[in-house]
Amino acid sequence: MEDPNVCSSTAHLNRRTLLKLAGASGMGWLTPVSEILAATTEKSGDRNAPAKSIILLWLSGGPSQLETFDPHPNQDIAAGTTAIKTSVDGIQLASGMQQTAELMEHIAVVRSVVSREGDHERAAYNVKTGYRPDPTIVHPSIGAVVCHQLPQGNTEIPRHISILPDAWSGRGGYLGDQFDAFRLGDPDQRLHDMKSRTDKERFERRLKNLDVVERAFAKGRIANLEQERTLHKTMMNEAVTMMNSKQLRAFDLSEVRSSELVAFGDSAFGRSCLVAARLIETGVRCIEVTLRGWDSHVSNHEIHQARVQELDPALAALIRHLQERSLLDQTLVICGGEFGRTPRMNAAGGRDHWPHGFSIALAGGGIQGGQVIGETDPAGGRLAYEAGIPVENIHATALNALGIRSELELETPIGRPLKLCEGQIIPGLGRS
Amino acid sequence: MSIRDLCFISLCTLGFAAIVGTLLPRERIDSKGQHLADLGDADSFASTVQRVNEEFEQAWNQAKVKPAATADSLTLIRRLSLGLTGTLPSLEELRAVEQIPAETRINWWLNRLLQDRRMSDYLAERLARSYVGTENGPFLIFRRRRFVTWLSDQLYKNRAYNEVVADLISDTGLWTDSPAVNFLTVTTDVNGDEQPDEERLAGRTARAFLGIRLDCVQCHDDHLQGEWLQQDFHQLAAFYAGAKSSPLGIQDEETRYEYQYLGEEESVEVPTRVPFLETLDAEHEIARVRLANWVTHPENVAFRRALVNRLWALMMGKPLIEPIEDIPLNGPFPAGLEALSIDFAENKFDLRRLIRLIASTNVFRLDSRVEGGVTLEQEQHWAVFPLTRLRPEQVAGSIQQASSLTTIDANSHILVRLTRYQEGLDFVERYGDRGEDEYGETGGTIPQRLLMMNGKLVGERTTEDLANNAVTRMAAFAENDDIAIESAYLCVLTRRPSPTEFDFFRERLDGKKGRPRQRELEDLYWSLINSTEFSWNH
Repeated sequence: MEDPNVCSSTAHLNRRTLLKLAGASGMGWLTPVSEILAATTEKSGDRNAPAKSIILLWLSGGPSQLETFDPHPNQDIAAGTTAIKTSVDGIQLASGMQQTAELMEHIAVVRSVVSREGDHERAAYNVKTGYRPDPTIVHPSIGAVVCHQLPQGNTEIPRHISILPDAWSGRGGYLGDQFDAFRLGDPDQRLHDMKSRTDKERFERRLKNLDVVERAFAKGRIANLEQERTLHKTMMNEAVTMMNSKQLRAFDLSEVRSSELVAFGDSAFGRSCLVAARLIETGVRCIEVTLRGWDSHVSNHEIHQARVQELDPALAALIRHLQERSLLDQTLVICGGEFGRTPRMNAAGGRDHWPHGFSIALAGGGIQGGQVIGETDPAGGRLAYEAGIPVENIHATALNALGIRSELELETPIGRPLKLCEGQIIPGLGRS
Repeated sequence: MSIRDLCFISLCTLGFAAIVGTLLPRERIDSKGQHLADLGDADSFASTVQRVNEEFEQAWNQAKVKPAATADSLTLIRRLSLGLTGTLPSLEELRAVEQIPAETRINWWLNRLLQDRRMSDYLAERLARSYVGTENGPFLIFRRRRFVTWLSDQLYKNRAYNEVVADLISDTGLWTDSPAVNFLTVTTDVNGDEQPDEERLAGRTARAFLGIRLDCVQCHDDHLQGEWLQQDFHQLAAFYAGAKSSPLGIQDEETRYEYQYLGEEESVEVPTRVPFLETLDAEHEIARVRLANWVTHPENVAFRRALVNRLWALMMGKPLIEPIEDIPLNGPFPAGLEALSIDFAENKFDLRRLIRLIASTNVFRLDSRVEGGVTLEQEQHWAVFPLTRLRPEQVAGSIQQASSLTTIDANSHILVRLTRYQEGLDFVERYGDRGEDEYGETGGTIPQRLLMMNGKLVGERTTEDLANNAVTRMAAFAENDDIAIESAYLCVLTRRPSPTEFDFFRERLDGKKGRPRQRELEDLYWSLINSTEFSWNH
């Protein structure tokens, strides 16, 4: 007898069939009904409506919780790091996070995040996908999931973008390469290769030539070669659409007032955060902005002081910018890295990798700001995995904020249905 | 005229002569020349090929899939060039190879490539990525170019692979005079103790030489398969504890390796101990030499399998076991892996023999398409040659070669090679180099398409330039449209156009002369370079 709590094979079959249909429809990966429903919700303007986009401020290398969102002033483990008050009574942030502290009522900090990964690559995979690395499958990052699940709308530029990426920018994983993040560098430099080297007529003639060659290549190969395997023409079409799109202006900061640029901090990271905010207005679903250099095995305090000087103005200005444009409710901002750092300093004045209790900050997207969830040991003890909030719970909460059912199962290429996320929604953090 | 003036004039004359000498026409390819191969033991060579073929046939029978027919010779030549030199064959080479009788054509081409410096340079770079990564590494004490050149020299001489790896693990001296030690110096923690990092070295050793992701247990026991323990990793790392950097280079000292295991209160001294096949571990006073002897031991099954899996991936586009550095120690193993691995060890780790073996198997020579379309089952069981996306450097090399009628190789003019090198670096950076992770699934991306459609390299190679671009020369010198179209297809796609394609492009060129004809051919070239076929191995 089938367990009523476990979805039946019939249900799986129906769901798989639907997903296959959605996949077969190319760019419209949602079923028509869900596309309409999602689009209607998006247009409602309801403050309680789910968020539409995510901005992930990725602190690559693993920031120390003690020097950012979880200071323990006057404790041995602080090693001299002090704390400052925030706009919310009883909550402190590390010194240097002054501008962010003034907006604490918008920010929630989960201070008891735990994972089982202490290696950069594996931990980054874990935090970005909500799954631990598995040799049999590549999981999609949260940005890819969001793009897969939410409608495309009128966006003509890539909906998953990584600015200043490190080696591990968001991947489409089993959802497909078309969900990989579009990678770009410092917005100070113009976007490359956006203009054809020939006139329009000749460019279109070249594309028609190409069709003849593509047809010859497809003969005798797997059915639906383009969608199942190469995505060559799909990417090309998207590239051509992007080349002609007015939405490219979002990348161009030349028209932005200098005072606004200054507010974000005079850094590549600050500029990238400003571009991220502008991209939100064009309908981009997920923007990762990476701030590297947190891997402080030596000289932890000096390294963090420099990094925090870049992070603090950019994070605060981003929240203000979104709030002023009434975009904060529809944009979930997540700020964190692959793990935290050891409470005990090492002999080189550094802190090493620490997945046993670290911080991730969230704002916007219906997140109930002005609160701290979980705590770490002031004496520097390890938080037991079972007592902490596993990374996948952050994912479940984020997906919930975006109106995406985290328990939704998709058929994977290895023939195994897999949930979007196996975590649990963190109570009291987002919309109920 | 003074002696000083005479000396100056002589010097100028010599310099001019040297430059002109390099500009003179290169030696043409001799199609009649025999490129003889030393197969070693020919009987055992044939026997291994037969065994691999039988194993795949058995796998196809069990899976009830029908293998594809044998691919045509031009397709095989393209595969070999891409797999072994990272670029396409030139039109000049294709014309030469077609002079060879059909039954010996592929072997002739393979033997030619095996003696080509392009092959050792290309394979050296691929192997170097797994040994030292792609980063620039610590300033001064890590010389990546020196390391890759040294590796290429070893491959060019066909030095036994076990000896090369033994040098990497155990060599001593300066990073300039003993380039193998760059394997160690790249891990130097310049912000810490300025010594090679035992843990990174252990991770590299396990992944690159043994095909095992032992670094996954660096911080904890294996939670996925339960096969490895944290001790396994750190006991391997302990072998490198004595490797110390000094002004004299890398030397070995007596040093203890300590580590605080997960859940323990204090650090403990970690002994040197190999993670498996302990019976092969023979005593030696220097820990690194002991480790090198164990890793490269002919009976160390992990060592031989790791290289076979990597070389298979380079030649076929994907490894027999994925991920490439995650080969189970105790199987199960796919068809071909054990037979090739055993042959590799029994024949003194001869890389060229292994390349010939793989290229001689039926699997390598299968077509990538079948009448009526390929099925997923055929793909899963290697019943067709896999369709795989070219890596960035293969795309760059192919664009450069496709736009030249003659071969770009070690005999090319120094300026051509320098330009090619810099162009390649710029292109790969923009196209998106995945660093060490170059065998996994790679995604086609919008930036890649933008770069191919509008980027500098393709743009410059498909516009009028009589000195450099093949398409301009075709427009100027091809006797008729058919020859121009066919030459473009051979240069870019290493095949001739189908009748439908011929008809289409004949119509495009019909009645056009001069500049309009030149533009049509440029458009044809651009379209071929931007096709799926150009960017994929098949």
